[in-house]
Amino acid sequence: MEYILIVISAIIVNNVVLAQFLGICPFLGVSNKVGTAVGMAIAVTFVIVLATMVTYLVQVYVLDKLGIGFMQTITFILVIAALVQMVEIILKKISQPLYQALGIFLPLITTNCAVLGVAILVIKKDYNLLEGVVYGGATAIGFGLALIILAGIREQLDLVDVPKGMKGVPLSLVIAGILALAFMGFTGIVK
Amino acid sequence: MNQLKNFTKGFLRENPILVLVLGTCPTLATTTSSLNGMGMGIATTFVLVGSNVVISLLANYIPDKVRIPAFIVVIASFVTIVDLVMQAYVPDLYKTLGIFIPLIVVNCIVLGRAEAFASKNTVLSSLIDGLGMGLGYTLALGILGAFREIVGSGSIFGHKFFAGDGILVFVLAPGAFWGLGYLIALANKIKKD
Repeated sequence: MEYILIVISAIIVNNVVLAQFLGICPFLGVSNKVGTAVGMAIAVTFVIVLATMVTYLVQVYVLDKLGIGFMQTITFILVIAALVQMVEIILKKISQPLYQALGIFLPLITTNCAVLGVAILVIKKDYNLLEGVVYGGATAIGFGLALIILAGIREQLDLVDVPKGMKGVPLSLVIAGILALAFMGFTGIVK
Repeated sequence: MNQLKNFTKGFLRENPILVLVLGTCPTLATTTSSLNGMGMGIATTFVLVGSNVVISLLANYIPDKVRIPAFIVVIASFVTIVDLVMQAYVPDLYKTLGIFIPLIVVNCIVLGRAEAFASKNTVLSSLIDGLGMGLGYTLALGILGAFREIVGSGSIFGHKFFAGDGILVFVLAPGAFWGLGYLIALANKIKKD
């Protein structure tokens, strides 16, 4: 039951993009086409789950044990950067099609604040390893959901005559605001 | 290069938020009031100036292949300093900004300036560039924060001037997106004229 609550809360109630404002850059950057949005969503899910696991272990077995919690930011970002690099190398070696599909997104993910954000939140919320991984996975699905919805809307907008100043980012932001308003309807399902 | 131009380019012409659209996450999350927004802006400015100076000093000694990880370590060190200092001296603001203080490290502006400017320019111009960009960022955050505070809760810098609650939705998530969207559209318009 607890896990179901974590999942529902992370996907729709506290959606990572629309309620917590994490990962806005890729949300605006790669939401032109549904195809790329799906690719990015899968890559992010993969990296977030992996990163949550590794950073949790680093926090418990290295930082807490040595009493150097203040090194958290530096350590986590390095771990994530190294992890992304490793995933890229491994993918290239074992699955060429998958690498070609996700490869271009991987370097961008290091600076996706959702990854570091989830890693820090898992520690802040005192989750255990399994809860942390479930939370990470659900957050990533929430990110994918928001990204794909926005991409679907933006594809339709190509057919519409938009005032010059509103083209591109401003219009995406206004749409994201309306999406956020819709997602606020879920508030109260989970405490 | 003309240092004055270098300093003022961050205000409008190359404003990190309004024109380059970098660092949007903290922009949306921390501008519930003008003070929060400006607090975040000043913290980011400190990191920007610090990392710009150190990186421009070290640029010649860092091998090209590992420059990004090296830049990130420098930035993360400054973020840790800000994190600890704010925790000690402004605990209330620290609590409000929460997770977005450590997240300055993945703010694209900081790494962007390190890569695009500080690694190629002298220490003095990097310092001025960091300061100008940081102030431009603070300015945009302050304007967006003030707008959301005035419309959303009827107050400015915490002083209430309007009885009642204001339009609550502007303090919540949707208002952040709308406010920034229209602010960028406005900046586009001003820049063209």
